[in-house]
Parts: sequence; C-alpha cells; structure tokens
Amino acid sequence: MTLLASLELFDIIFYFFAFVTIVSAAVVVFSRNIVHSAFSLMFTFFGVAALYVMLNADFIAVTQVLVYVGGILVLLLFGVMLTTKVISVEMKTGTLQTLPASILVAVLAGTLCGIFWITDWLTPVARNAELPATTSSGIGRALMTTYLLPFEVASVVLLVAMLGAAMIARRERKR
Amino acid sequence: MMASYIPLILMLAAGMFLAIVLLKLHQWLGPHRPNDEKTSTYESGMEPIRSARERFSVKYYMVAVLFILFDIEVIFLYPWAVNFRALGLFGYVEMVIFITILFIGYFYILRKGALKWD
Amino acid sequence: MDIIEPLVKIVFIFLITLTTVAYLVLVERRVSAFIQNRIGPNRVGPAGLLQPVADIVKLFLKEDIVPKAANKFVHSLAPLISLVVAMTTFAVIPFGNSIHLFGRDIKLMIADVNVGILYILALSSLGVYGITLSGWSSNNKYSLLGGLRSSAQMISYELSMGLSIIGVLMIAGTLRLDKIVESQAQGMWYFWRTPISFITFVIASFAETNRLPFDLPEAEPELVGGYHTEYSGMKFGLFFLAEYANMITASAIIVTLYLGGWQLPFVGHIGLPDLAVSLLQIAAFGVKVGLVLLFFIVIRWTIPRFRYDQLMNIGWKVMLPLALANILITGVALLW
Repeated sequence: MTLLASLELFDIIFYFFAFVTIVSAAVVVFSRNIVHSAFSLMFTFFGVAALYVMLNADFIAVTQVLVYVGGILVLLLFGVMLTTKVISVEMKTGTLQTLPASILVAVLAGTLCGIFWITDWLTPVARNAELPATTSSGIGRALMTTYLLPFEVASVVLLVAMLGAAMIARRERKR
Repeated sequence: MMASYIPLILMLAAGMFLAIVLLKLHQWLGPHRPNDEKTSTYESGMEPIRSARERFSVKYYMVAVLFILFDIEVIFLYPWAVNFRALGLFGYVEMVIFITILFIGYFYILRKGALKWD
Repeated sequence: MDIIEPLVKIVFIFLITLTTVAYLVLVERRVSAFIQNRIGPNRVGPAGLLQPVADIVKLFLKEDIVPKAANKFVHSLAPLISLVVAMTTFAVIPFGNSIHLFGRDIKLMIADVNVGILYILALSSLGVYGITLSGWSSNNKYSLLGGLRSSAQMISYELSMGLSIIGVLMIAGTLRLDKIVESQAQGMWYFWRTPISFITFVIASFAETNRLPFDLPEAEPELVGGYHTEYSGMKFGLFFLAEYANMITASAIIVTLYLGGWQLPFVGHIGLPDLAVSLLQIAAFGVKVGLVLLFFIVIRWTIPRFRYDQLMNIGWKVMLPLALANILITGVALLW
C-alpha cells in the first residue's frame, strides 16, 4: 500500500463524512418539519462518529453512537412524537435581534478561525506514526489513575440527574 | 486503524443496496391500485376516530431519560472491565464506589415510583 | 487496501443469512406445528421445502399500500433502516478461524475492528429507529403504541445486555470478538465461567429481538400487528427479514461470547490437514448457532407472553440489579 494512494482514499472518506455532517446539520436547523429535523440529526451524529474514527478515537466514536444516537436522539424523538401540537404546527421563528446575533456569530467564527490558524495540525507523516492500537484500555487506565476524581464526580453528576428525573415522575403522580 | 473500518462502510452500503433492490423490485412487480377505502387508516374495520397524533404517557419519556443515565454508566464500565486484571483491587474498589453512588439514585427512583407501570 | 476480499465475504454472509432466514421461517412453522400437534406447511415441493420460495414470491406480488394519513417518506424509510441494521450487525462476528485459501490466509470475519462488541451494541441501539419511525409514520394508533412500547422495551433491555457483557470483558480483557473466542480454547467457555452473565444476556437477547415471551410490540390481541400494522408486501417483508436476521445475529453473538464461538475442543490435535480443521470449525460455529436458533423457536411456542408492566419490571427491577451484581461477583472471583 503506497502512502499516497492511502492518503487519497483517507481524504475522500473524510470529505464525504464532513459533507454529510454539515449538510444534515443544516437540515436540522432549516427544516420546517420537526420530525425531519430530529431524523436528520441522526446523520449528523453519525458523521461525527465517523470523523472520530478517522481521528483514531474508536472508543469515542462508539460512545458517540451509543449515547447520542441510541439514547439522546430517542429521547428527542419521544419528546417530538408524544407532543400533540408540535408536528402539525409549522415552525416559524421571527428574525429578532439581528445585530447582537451577527456580532456573536462573527466573534465565534473569528475564534474558530484563530484556533485553526494557531493549532499545530498533525501532518500526514505524524498521522501514521506510533498511535496506540486500541484506545479503550488506555482510556480505562487513565480513568482509574490520572482522572480518578473526575470519574467519581461523574457518578455524582449522574446521581443528580437521576434525582431530577424522579422529580418529573413525581409531578406526574400528583395530577 | 482506519483501514479496518472500510469493510464496515462496504457492508452498510451493501445492506442499503439489498434493501433498495428489494423495495424497487416490489414496486415493479406488485400491483398499484389504491382507493380511498384501501388507503384509510386501519382501525379494526371501524371509521378511524381522530388521528394517532395524540399525547402519550410521560413514562415512555422517563424510560428514555433513565436509559441515557444508565447507559453512560455502562460506557464508563467498558474501559474499566478491559483493564480489570491490570487495575486489580484498587480499580475494583473505585468501581464499587462508582456503582454504589449510582445505586443510591436507582433506589431513590424506585421508591419514588418512576418505574411503576400500572 | 484490498477491497475484493471483504466484498466476497459480505456477499457470502448475505447469501447465508438470507437462505437461513428463508428456511428458519419454514423450520419455525414446522416446529410450531409439531408442538401444537399439527402437520404444518408440506405442500409446496417435497416435504414443503419450497415453501420459502412461495412466500417470497407472494410478498413481491402483493400491493404496496401506503395509508393516506402516513408520512410517505418516513414510512418507506423505516423498513429500510430495520433491514440495514439487521444485516450489518454480523460484520464483526468471527465465524471461523483464519482459513488458507488461494494461497493466502483469510480471516473469517468481515471487519476486524478494535471496538468489536461495542460496534454490535451501537448498531443494535439503532434498531430502535426502524420500529419507532414505522410506528410513528403510519399514523395509526396500534402502530404508534406498538412502536413506543417496543422502543421503550428495547432500550430497557439494552442496558442489561450491555451490563452482562462486562462480566465476559473482565475475564477476556479485550473488546475484540476474535480475541474473546481465542480465550475460550480448550472448552473454557464463558457460559459456565460467568453463568449469571450468560443468563441475563440470553434473556436480554430475546427482548432485543422482540421474540416471545417479549414480543409486546406485536402482541396481536391488543395491538393487531403492532408497528407494522400498516405495512404490506415486501415492506412488511423487510421487517420480517430484519426480525429473523436479528435472531440469527443474536444467536451468533451468544455463541461467540459464551459458547466458544468456532472453537471445537481437541480438533487441532488429531492430525487433520489445516483446511479440514478450518472447515470443521466453521461447521461447529454453524451447528452451535443452529442449536441456539432452535432454542429461540422452542421457547416461542412454549412460554406465554408477559404483560407490559411485568416486562418493564423484569427489565428494570430484576435484570439490571442482577447484571450489576454479576459484575461485582465476577470481580471478587477474579481477584480472589
């Protein structure tokens, strides 16, 4: 396998998934039908997962699919499907606050471009150099040693979220 | 590592191809004579009453919320399980603490009746 | 990157899956007839062996009815998602050790990825979409209820499924399915090394494939056809195909994780040529999968259906704590 040929394939795949991600994200924002929006979000999440794979972050990619596509999007779909009015109503939002919005967007875009500019991107040579064969065991070791405290704090965060969920259920009971 | 994912993309494409071929073949072979009765919503032979777009119990939503919370917990367990032998007793104790904290939440939810289906 | 080799394997797997599905349906009908003291389909071809062909032709020749009230695009897309997900889950399952053919070693799995088993979990979490979207897009009360119930059921049991796998991962120390199979050499199968994990996983597989006693999404007395009430012809066929393909994949996963995969004890030591050993191992995998499939079928025709509240209670109040307890027990056993 020559380096050049593999890089070309790599680039083609990258642009394909980047295209899918951006187009579906645009559909999410611009679609008038909220179910189509939710559905299109699936492709966005998928595209992002594929991009993670290309970054050699396979565990993160699978987590992306498991949590976002398998969990959060199902939640969104439930929310959309179980609400009577949302589907039939056309989503219309007036254009308000044009000036602050455009300033905010300009600042964001500027920051992003700045980051693109300063970051020391991986060159094609570095891309192939000494990457770990599998990321999951590395993540496991890091979680249990360096990032032990954040890991345990994560469980507390999840606990708080559960308490919140129980509150929703209790309100339902009272009615 | 990227190379090992190319067969997956191929397989997805092949699956999609198969499904589309089956659907197209069906469209081409099957008859197409719709009428009002045929295309009305099925409701055990009765005239459909209102639409199916109604409100539903919040319980389904609750299940999805709880699923996400526990799913994240499970995902934390995978990298730990793969390294279990290397981490030894220390890792085990850490994970017991993690699971215990989540179990407090689980019991709270049970007591509040969030998982009651009746 | 050689593209021909994976393509050949994909076509091979697809053909095997499709034929198995066709004959699995026939076997299921014959077994159910046997259990209920009937004869079952035996008219088409010798002993009814051409029945699947007749079924497929029938599905193709039926009219494709799309209800007026339905969302047309999503209505057609939903069976497609179901089938694609069902057909592609097999990609990471090793169906044999490597085989030496045409002057090179061919690894008998389609995609050799690092995340292995997690890929299967991620894809099976996508199976929810085909069912939810078909239920919603049909704009029929039965479909919607069936779709909702089914998605709530599938995500509930996905948790216990994910948790029960962890017992295996702790012993094997890897996510790769080929490595997991290799670690089960010499009859050290995981089903007796982590029995609780095996039981919870099998139960969760039944629920994930929507098979009886967990076939609530299509409980006929309450919901007519469930999520595919408004589907006809080959669109219905795609759901049907997906259901059985899922069953095959679930059996293959059970075999891979707990029943030694393609391992056949002692076959390497009796001095057979390599090719014969490889073929025997593939055959062993096939036989094991077949037996698990038969188990699926027999269970369907002997056990009554759960009520929905019972089903959710089992998922959340029995399976989840049991799977978690299994992790703690396995941990203690391994450390000790």
